[in-house]
Amino acid sequence: MSTSTHSGSNRIHGAGRLTPAKTVRFTFDGQNLTGLEGDTLASALLANGIHLVGRSFKYHRPRGILSAGSEEPNALVDIERDKSRRQPNVRATVQEIYDGLKVKSQNRWPSLTFDVGALGDVFSPMLPAGFYYKTFMWPKFAWKSIYEPRIRAAAGLGVTPGEPDTDRYSNRFAHCDVLIVGAGAAGLAAALSAASTGASVIICDEQPEAGGALRYESAVTIDGQPGYEWAASAITKLRALDNVTVLTRTTAFGYYAQNFVGLVERISDHLSSPALDMPRERLWQVRAKKVVLATGAIERHLVFANNDRPGVMLASAARLFLNQHGVAVGRKVGVYTSNDSAYAAAIDLKNAGIDVPVIVDTRDNPTSAIVDAARSLDIEVLTGHAVFSAGGKRRVSSMSIQPTRGGSERKVAVDALIMSGGWTPSVHLFSQSRGKVTWDAANERFLPGTYAQDCVSVGACNGTDGLQATLDEGLAAGEGRTSPIVATNGTEWTGGMIGSAPGAGADTSVKAFVDFQNDVTAKDVRLAVREGMHSIEHVKRFTTNGMATDQGKTSNLHGLAIAAEALDRPIPAVGLTTFRAPFTPVTFGAIVNHARHDLFDPTRETPMHDWHAAQGAAFEDVGQWKRAWYYPQAGEDMHSAVNRECVAVRNQAGIFDASTLGKIEVVGPDAAKFLELLYTNPWEKLGVGRCRYGIMLREDGFIYDDGVVGRLAEDRFHVTTTTGGAPRVMHHMEDYLQTEFPHLNVWLTSTTEQWAVIAVQGPKAREIIAPLVEGIDMSNEAMPHMSVREGKICGVPTRLFRMSFTGESGYEINVPADYGRAVWEAVYGRGKPLGLTPYGTEAMHVLRAEKGYIIVGQDTDGTVTPHDAGLTWAIGKNKTDYVGIRGLLRRDLVANGRKQLVGLKTVDPTIVLEEGAQIVANPNQPVPMTMIGHVTSSYWSENCGRSIALALVIDGTKRLGETLYVPMPNGVIEVEVTGMVFFDEKGERLNG
Amino acid sequence: MLLIKCPYCEEERPELEFRNAGEAHLVRANPITEQSDEDFAAFLYFRQNPKGLQFERWRHIHGCGRFFNAVRDSVSDKFLTVYKAGEPRPDMQPQLSPAPAELPVTKRSPRTKKVEV
Amino acid sequence: MVELAHATRLHPLQAGNPDVASASVTLADNATRVSLRSRADAVAALSGTLGLALPTKPKTTATSGSRAALWLGPDEWLIIDDVDSSVAADLAEAKVLHSAVDISHRNVGIIVDGRGAAAVVNGGCPQDLSLKAFPVGAASRTVLGKIEIVLWRNAENRFRVECWRSFANYAYAFLRESARDVAV
Repeated sequence: MSTSTHSGSNRIHGAGRLTPAKTVRFTFDGQNLTGLEGDTLASALLANGIHLVGRSFKYHRPRGILSAGSEEPNALVDIERDKSRRQPNVRATVQEIYDGLKVKSQNRWPSLTFDVGALGDVFSPMLPAGFYYKTFMWPKFAWKSIYEPRIRAAAGLGVTPGEPDTDRYSNRFAHCDVLIVGAGAAGLAAALSAASTGASVIICDEQPEAGGALRYESAVTIDGQPGYEWAASAITKLRALDNVTVLTRTTAFGYYAQNFVGLVERISDHLSSPALDMPRERLWQVRAKKVVLATGAIERHLVFANNDRPGVMLASAARLFLNQHGVAVGRKVGVYTSNDSAYAAAIDLKNAGIDVPVIVDTRDNPTSAIVDAARSLDIEVLTGHAVFSAGGKRRVSSMSIQPTRGGSERKVAVDALIMSGGWTPSVHLFSQSRGKVTWDAANERFLPGTYAQDCVSVGACNGTDGLQATLDEGLAAGEGRTSPIVATNGTEWTGGMIGSAPGAGADTSVKAFVDFQNDVTAKDVRLAVREGMHSIEHVKRFTTNGMATDQGKTSNLHGLAIAAEALDRPIPAVGLTTFRAPFTPVTFGAIVNHARHDLFDPTRETPMHDWHAAQGAAFEDVGQWKRAWYYPQAGEDMHSAVNRECVAVRNQAGIFDASTLGKIEVVGPDAAKFLELLYTNPWEKLGVGRCRYGIMLREDGFIYDDGVVGRLAEDRFHVTTTTGGAPRVMHHMEDYLQTEFPHLNVWLTSTTEQWAVIAVQGPKAREIIAPLVEGIDMSNEAMPHMSVREGKICGVPTRLFRMSFTGESGYEINVPADYGRAVWEAVYGRGKPLGLTPYGTEAMHVLRAEKGYIIVGQDTDGTVTPHDAGLTWAIGKNKTDYVGIRGLLRRDLVANGRKQLVGLKTVDPTIVLEEGAQIVANPNQPVPMTMIGHVTSSYWSENCGRSIALALVIDGTKRLGETLYVPMPNGVIEVEVTGMVFFDEKGERLNG
Repeated sequence: MLLIKCPYCEEERPELEFRNAGEAHLVRANPITEQSDEDFAAFLYFRQNPKGLQFERWRHIHGCGRFFNAVRDSVSDKFLTVYKAGEPRPDMQPQLSPAPAELPVTKRSPRTKKVEV
Repeated sequence: MVELAHATRLHPLQAGNPDVASASVTLADNATRVSLRSRADAVAALSGTLGLALPTKPKTTATSGSRAALWLGPDEWLIIDDVDSSVAADLAEAKVLHSAVDISHRNVGIIVDGRGAAAVVNGGCPQDLSLKAFPVGAASRTVLGKIEIVLWRNAENRFRVECWRSFANYAYAFLRESARDVAV
C-alpha cells in the first residue's frame, strides 16, 4: 500500500476518482492543508487525518464528521472569503474545497482542542433536556438581564456575519412538464425516460455530479458500464438535450402547493475566484406538471454510548470518501452494523489495504452472501454482538464489544469506527407536498402513502430496494422509453434497527446520542416521556430532538422509536413530526435574490425630479415616490426654507411639483352617474369645464379619499386622488364598477403618469403663466376658480386647472409627462424675475393647514366621517345613493360625542404642538387622564406669525373658544379651540 | 405560490398576479338607505370564513384586471371552480358528497338569507 | 510599400461570443399609446377604424404596419404605434361606444432581445414563457419583480416590456441585473 502525501497522508493511491496532480490549498483554523480538486472539505480534512472538526451545541463535546452528505449534523464550520462574505454553519461534507478556502471551526473557545465550554460536558448531569425551561424561571427579571444573555453567549451555532453581504443572488421562474429531484439511479432513469417523450424536464441534484449512491457502490454495473460511469454518461446525454435542464449543486428545499418547488442552485461557493457577474446562488421557482421524487435514503447511525466521538461515522460515508475521494477514514477501522450495507464498506476498505479488525453485527444470524464475503477476506465477524461504548475523546481510540445478551466485554483498538443502523427513506419533500406517509412495519420505516399532488416517488425514497427495481421504477415514472436499463450486481439494503442499541437502553445512563447537533441523548428522550410529553411533537420541543439545522435527518426515527418504547405504544401511534421546508438551510440572499439595494423596492421619480435635485431640494418619501420636500438655500435650515417658501407663495407665487397626485380618466356616457355613486358630491350638473372637490367614502361611511374632479366633456372626467391613495382608489372604483354597477357604460384609465403636474400658486400666478398659454382665455370671468380648460402651453397640449390647495389664486398645469421638465423650466424662467419660488411638500402642508384643508390619512384615520371633518357641505343633499350613504346613517356616526376636526391655537403662540399629542379638558385630573382628542397637524405658520394646529376633539365644534390642555413631559400646554381656517377666512384670495 | 385560473384569461396564472377581495355573494341592498341596521351590519362586517369551501372574490389585478369568483377549499387550498362576476353561485354539493365530514360549518352570524345575484 | 492592415479592436459582445450577454436590454423608442376600452359589440367597428382586427382571444395581439393592439382584458386593449401615429384622431372619429385615453407618456417600453430573452424576463416574471405557453405574438399584463408590466413577445427571442414611467428605472435595472445572471 502506498500513499500520496501531497494531498493528505490518508489518501490511498489508486483509490477514488480525483486527479492526484490537481492539488488545492486551503486552511483550517490557520493550518495550511492540501487537498484535491473534487474534494469536499470533509474528505480533504480526513485525507489529512483531521477528524476533530467542531464542538457540540450544548455540551461542547468534540465532534467529527458523521456523514458525507447534506444530512451532516456535526461538522459545521465557518467559511470566509472576506469580511463581508462569511458564512457560518457550513456543512464540511457539502462544501467543496477551492484554492484559498479559509475554514474556521466553530463553537469553541479558545481553541478547538482546548475548549472551556466543554466543562458543560462534565456538568452535563445537571443539564438534562428541559433544563433551560425549568431552571431559569425565577426570579423573573433575571431571565432578560442574566440568564438569557449568558445562555445566548454560551450556546448557539456559529457567529452571524457582521458586515453586509456583497455577493449577488439571482432568481429564475421556471416551468416544466417533469421536475426530477435527485440524479441517482432512480432519477436518471426517470429523466432519460421523460426526456424521450419530448417533455420539458428539469433534473436537479444537490451534489456536484450525478450518481447518488452509484458514486460509492463499487461493484455495480448498469448497461455494461460501472455504475458511476453510467451515471456520468447519462447526465452528459441529458445535458445535450434541448428539452432537459440539468441542475447540479442544486437542492430542492421546499415543495409547495400545486407542484411549486423551490430549488437553490449554488453557483460559486466551490470556486476560488468567481467571475464578477456570477451570482453566488440562484433561486429556482419551478412549477412542474409532474414531480418525480428520487431523493434516496439516508443511512442511520447507531445509538450507543459515546457514539459521537470523532472518527465514528456512517459506513456509507466512509465508502464514499474511499471510492470517490480516495481517502481512508482510518488505518484501523472497526465496523458496527445492524444490516448488510456496512459489510460492503468493510470489504471496500479491506480491499484498499485498510485494516478492518472486526465487524460487530447486532443480528444473531445474518445469512447474506456478503457476510461470507467479508469473512473470506479475513475480517472477523461478531454476530449477536454490540458495541457498548466508543473509547477516546478527540478521536475514537477503541470500541468495547459485548454479546447483545450480555457477557464478557472485549476492547478493540481502532482509529475509526463506521456504523450502519439501516436506511431511512428521504420522504421529506413528499411530506412537504402534504402527502401522508405510511408505516412499513416489516422494515421499520415511513414510506410515501397517500399523494396530495401530481407526484411520484421512485427508488430508495419510495422504499424500493434493489437497483434493478429502482431503475424500472424510474423508467416507469418518466412515462417514456420502455427499453429496460439493466443492472448487475445491484445492492439491496433493507433492515437495520431504530431506537437505542444494546447497552443504551432504559436501564442505562450512558450518553448515547440521538441528535448530534442538538446534543439529545436517548436518555433525554426518555426523560421527556417521563415528564409527561406523550406526543412526539411535545417530545421534539422538550428535547429539541430534530430541531437543529439538519432537521433530524439522522435522528428523527431513533427519537421516535425511543419515545414509542418508553410510552409502550406502537411507532405509528406516536406519530411522526411534520417535515417542513427548507430541506437544508437556505440563505436569506437566495430568498431575497434580486430585491436588494436599488432593486429592493421601486423608487418613483417625477419627470421634474432631476431639476429639484439640481436645485438642492431635500426629498421626502411618500410611498415609493420621492417628492421635493423643501429647497434650502445657502445657510438655510429646513425651518427657514419652509418659512421663506410659504411667504413667497402668499406674496408673489410658488411653483410646486404635484405630478404624484393620482389621476383617473373616467370616460363614457354614464361617467357622471358613476361618479355620483362613488363620491358624496353631486356631479350630474357640474358643467363642462368646471371642477369640484370630491369626497369618497367607504361603504361604512368613513372618508376613503378626496380630490378635485374636472369635467372635460359630457362623457369625460379627469379625477384626481391623493398620492398614496391612487392605486387603492382605482381598485375601489373598479370593484364597484365591475361588480355593483356593471350596467353603467363607463371605463376607468389610470393617467397618473401620463401627466406631469406643475402647480403655480399665488397672486402672480396668472401673470406668470398667461404669456405661455395658447387658446385659453385665462381671465377671471372666463376661467374662474375651480375650472379646467384644454389648450396649449409652451406649444404642447395642456389640461389647465384653476384650482388651489393653498388658498391662493392658482393653477395646476397638466402636460404630457415627457414635456414636464421643459414646461416647468419655461414657467420657472418666466416667473423667477417675478418672485416665483419653488416650494416643496412641507410648505404645501403648512399652506393648506393655514386654510384648514385636510389631508386624508393625516387629519383622518379611517374613522372620520365628512361630518366629523367639517365637510358636510360636500355631501349631495338630494342624493339617494352613493357608496357610504347607508354607513353615514348608522346611529354611532350621527350620535353626540364623536371626534370632530377643529383648529387649535396655543395660548403661547410660539409653541408648536406635537402631532399626535393627546388633549385633555382638565390637566389636574389624576393619571390616567381622560383623553378627549389628539393633534393631527401642527406647524409654525410664518404667514400667521404663530403656530397653528388641527385636532380631532370629542364634540369639537361645540367647544369653539374653549380652553383645553395638552400635557407633555415638559409641562402642560394651554390651547384654544378655534375654527379650522387660520388665514384669509373669507377665501377672497382664491378669486384674485 | 398558487396557480389560479382566471375565467376571463381562460388559463391558470401565478398567484402573484391576483389579489383576494374577500367573501363573494354579498349583496348590496337596493335601496341601501332603507336597509335595517342588522342587515347592514351583516353586509358590512359579518363574514363566514368556514373551514372547507370558501366562496370568495378575486381580482386578476396584474392581469386582465377583472374581478371574478372562486370556490376554494380552505383545508387543501385547492380551487374547485372559478366563475365570472355576476354568474350565480355554483352548486357544490356534488363535490362535497364524497366527504360529508368536510362540509362547511354552519353559519354563526345573524345575517339573513339573501337572494343571490 | 506594404499596406498595413488595421485591425479593429472588438468588444467581446461584438465578437459574438454567445456565452456573453445572451440578451440585450434596451429602451424602446418613444411611441404613441392608447388605452382602448369597449364592449364586444363595438369591436368590429373599432377594428375598422384602427385598420386592424382587435384581438378578442386572451393573451393575443394583432399588428398592422407599425400599429399593434394588445389584448389586456375582455374589454381592454393597449394600442401601440409610432410616435407620429394618427391613432388618437382615428378613434375620435369612431361613432361606437368606447373609451380611448392617450397614455403615450404614461408608459415606457424596454426591449429584451437575444437568445436568453425569456430567461431574463423569467428572472422576475412568474409566467410560463415557453413558446408553447407564450408564443410569438402573445401579450399579457403580469408582474416583474415588484412592479406590474405588460409583456409582449414580438419575436421568438424578443420581448417588449411596457411599464409606467416612474417604474422604468426599476424595470430597466431589474432586467439588466437579470441579464447579467443569464449571461453566466
